[in-house]
Amino acid sequence: MSRTHVICNINGDDVEFLCDDGESLLDALRDDVGLMGVKEGCGTGDCGACSVLMDGKLNCSCLILAPEANGTDLLTVEGMADGDHLHPLQQCFLEGAALQCGICTPGFLIAAKALLDQNPEPTETEVRYALAGNLCRCTGYDKIVRSVLEAAVQIRETV
Amino acid sequence: MKYAAPTSVEEAQSLLAGDADAKVFAGATDLVPQMRAGRPEPSIAIDLKKIDRLMALGDNGGSWTIGAATPTSSLTGNGAFSGDLPGLSYAAGLIGSDQIQNRSSLGGNLCNASPAADSVPAMVVNDARAVIAGADGTRTIPVADVVTGPGSTCLGDGEFLVEIEVDKPTANTSDAYLRMIPRTEMDIAVVGAAARVTLDDSGNCTAATIALGAVAPTVVRVPDAETALVGGPISDESLAAVAAAASAACNPIDDKRGTIAYRRQVAGVLAKRAVLQAAERVQNGGAA
Repeated sequence: MSRTHVICNINGDDVEFLCDDGESLLDALRDDVGLMGVKEGCGTGDCGACSVLMDGKLNCSCLILAPEANGTDLLTVEGMADGDHLHPLQQCFLEGAALQCGICTPGFLIAAKALLDQNPEPTETEVRYALAGNLCRCTGYDKIVRSVLEAAVQIRETV
Repeated sequence: MKYAAPTSVEEAQSLLAGDADAKVFAGATDLVPQMRAGRPEPSIAIDLKKIDRLMALGDNGGSWTIGAATPTSSLTGNGAFSGDLPGLSYAAGLIGSDQIQNRSSLGGNLCNASPAADSVPAMVVNDARAVIAGADGTRTIPVADVVTGPGSTCLGDGEFLVEIEVDKPTANTSDAYLRMIPRTEMDIAVVGAAARVTLDDSGNCTAATIALGAVAPTVVRVPDAETALVGGPISDESLAAVAAAASAACNPIDDKRGTIAYRRQVAGVLAKRAVLQAAERVQNGGAA
C-alpha cells in the first residue's frame, strides 16, 4: 500500500501526517493525528458520527480518503471551544441534556455548527432536516433539536 | 491501493487507460461503502475533484453544463440553476444528508447505476446528455443510454464521465420529480417519477416526457403516458391515463422496500402528481 504525505490545517493548527492511500480521513484523524472526537458509527456515511467541516463544508470523514485532505482546512469538535470557553452549542447541549452516551455528540455539534454558520435563525423543521444525517440512539432527538435552537438564540444575542 | 489526483481530463484518462483495475471516483459515497462491503479495492483510486472542468457548473445561456463530480449542494444552492430546472435540482437534493450533499454528484449518481438513483429520471426527462472521455477524445450520448442494468453502464475500458449537459427548458415548460420513501428523509426511493411538460397559452399540453425510477433495472420512459397528455388540457381523464400507463410500464421487483403490486400502484400515483406539479410550475412561471 502506497503512503502519502498530507499537509493540512486542523482546528487552526498546521498539521502533517503520513497516511495509507486507502485510509479514511476518519482513521487518519484518530490514529495518525490523535483527534479522538471523530467517531466511527457506521463507516458508510449514514450516521454522521465522524462529521467534520472540510473547507467549511460538512462532510463525513469516513467517506473521505485521507490523501484528499492535503491542502484543506479541517474543523473537528476539538476546535469548537475557545480555550476553556465552550462553544454555545456545546454549553446548550450540556444544559439541555442533549446527550446520553455521547458517541454521536461530536458529529451533532459539527453538523449543528454547519447549519448555524449558514442559517443563524433556523426553524425547528430546518434543524431537523439539517441534522437528518446524524443518528442518535439515546435521546430521541428532541433535546438535541431544542438545544440547537437555544444555541442559535444565544449566538444571535451575542453578535 | 494508490490515490491519484489528476488536474486535467487528459491526465485522468491516461491514468485510467494504463491500468485495467484503476477506477475514477467523485464523492466516494458509493465507492467507500462498496469497498467496506468487500468489493476489491481499485489499484488506483483516481480522484476527479481536482479537475476544474469536473467541478464546474456552467451557464451557457441556452444550457447548463454540470461537471461530473460537482457536488449536488452546488446545484441546489444555485438559484438560477434551480429556477431553470426545479425538478432536477430537487432530485439532486434528495441524495442523502447534508454531509452527503457536499460529496454526491450527478455523475456519480448516474455511473453508480443504481436503479433507484433519484437524479437519473429527472435528467432523462430533461433530455440530458453525458459527455464521456476516452482514448479517442470525447463522445456525447443521451444520459438515458448510459445505464445498461443495475451497477453497469455502457462506458468502455478507459472511459469516464466528464460532464452532463442539459438544455434550459423552452418557454412554458417545466419539470418535477417525486419519490416515495417510507420516511421523510434519508432513504432510497421505492418508486421515483419525473415529468417534464410544455403547455400552450390556453393550457393544452403540447409536449410531455415522463420517466420512472426504481421500478425496473433501468429508468423507464412511459411513451403511452406522454401520448395521453399531448393535445389536450391536464384533466382528470388524461391524468388517469398517465397513471394507468405508468403502472403498466413498470417492471419492478419484490424486495424489502416494496412489493411489485405496491410499486406499480405508487408509480401511477407519482407519475400523475409529477405531471401536475410540473404543470403548476409552468402556470406559475417556473417558480414553486
